[in-house]
Amino acid sequence: MIVFILCVLLFLVGLYGVLIKRNLIKIIIGLAIMEYSVNLFLILVGYRDKGTSPIVTKGLENALFVDPLPQAMVLTAIVIGVATTALLLGIAVMIYKKYGTFNIRKINELKG
Amino acid sequence: MEILLIVLFILMIAGAIYALEAKDLLSAVVSYGIVGFGLVICFLLLQAPDLAIVQIVVETITLIIMIAVVLNTTREEIKDKVPQSMIVYAVLGLIFMFGFIYFFILSLNGLSEFGKHATRMATEYIQGGVKGSGSINLVTGVVLDYRGYDTLGEITILFTAVIGVLTVLRSRGRKKE
Repeated sequence: MIVFILCVLLFLVGLYGVLIKRNLIKIIIGLAIMEYSVNLFLILVGYRDKGTSPIVTKGLENALFVDPLPQAMVLTAIVIGVATTALLLGIAVMIYKKYGTFNIRKINELKG
Repeated sequence: MEILLIVLFILMIAGAIYALEAKDLLSAVVSYGIVGFGLVICFLLLQAPDLAIVQIVVETITLIIMIAVVLNTTREEIKDKVPQSMIVYAVLGLIFMFGFIYFFILSLNGLSEFGKHATRMATEYIQGGVKGSGSINLVTGVVLDYRGYDTLGEITILFTAVIGVLTVLRSRGRKKE
């Protein structure tokens, strides 16, 4: 049970970065950390004691496998995550070119 | 096994905290890499080799993009004083965090213990997956056969994001006549 709590703690660290930090790069890092912790949580839930990876080879037809369903879903989520992170970083670069700062409060002031 | 995971998690949390608190953005990005590569080892320990391979590729690409962004813009963290109105945001954030923790504790009762997971949906995939999908790797069977439309949606999002990045970063616009 303690691994679940530590995983949620990692999520909270990312949430702290998103809510409190004022630097755009740090906010993006916080979002990425939150995404990683959610992926990790799903895999932790699907783990079974003494289970092997879900690859059926000769002699292992009736072995105890870990749950393949969350692994497949998280595989999708990781690829989507890197795409969105790259898009966010691209927008951050354009914001820096326009305003010359990463400070989100300064960007708010310079509107118009 | 569980102790090893706990040690890795503590390392990852420390890396995450340093990434958010570092004064230099480049060291923040590099220590963010600790979290990603720690995740790779966690996936290997949790018997998910496919995920570990994907994660190590993705993490390397993300780190390269982030380092390129930081080197092309600025490495300095914001130095100005914390304004008074930040206290309001901090309190709101704390309230949000405590609400999150409250709902997590509520939902903890519904979870089975670590390692005692009972496969309900995946039992059919495990028993008939090799015959049904023809793939000895059950994860591939789920991704490409049982949930193929989900993968189609994923690829749609991926290409939309790539087009978005190309549009945002395009240096030359259309020439004005």
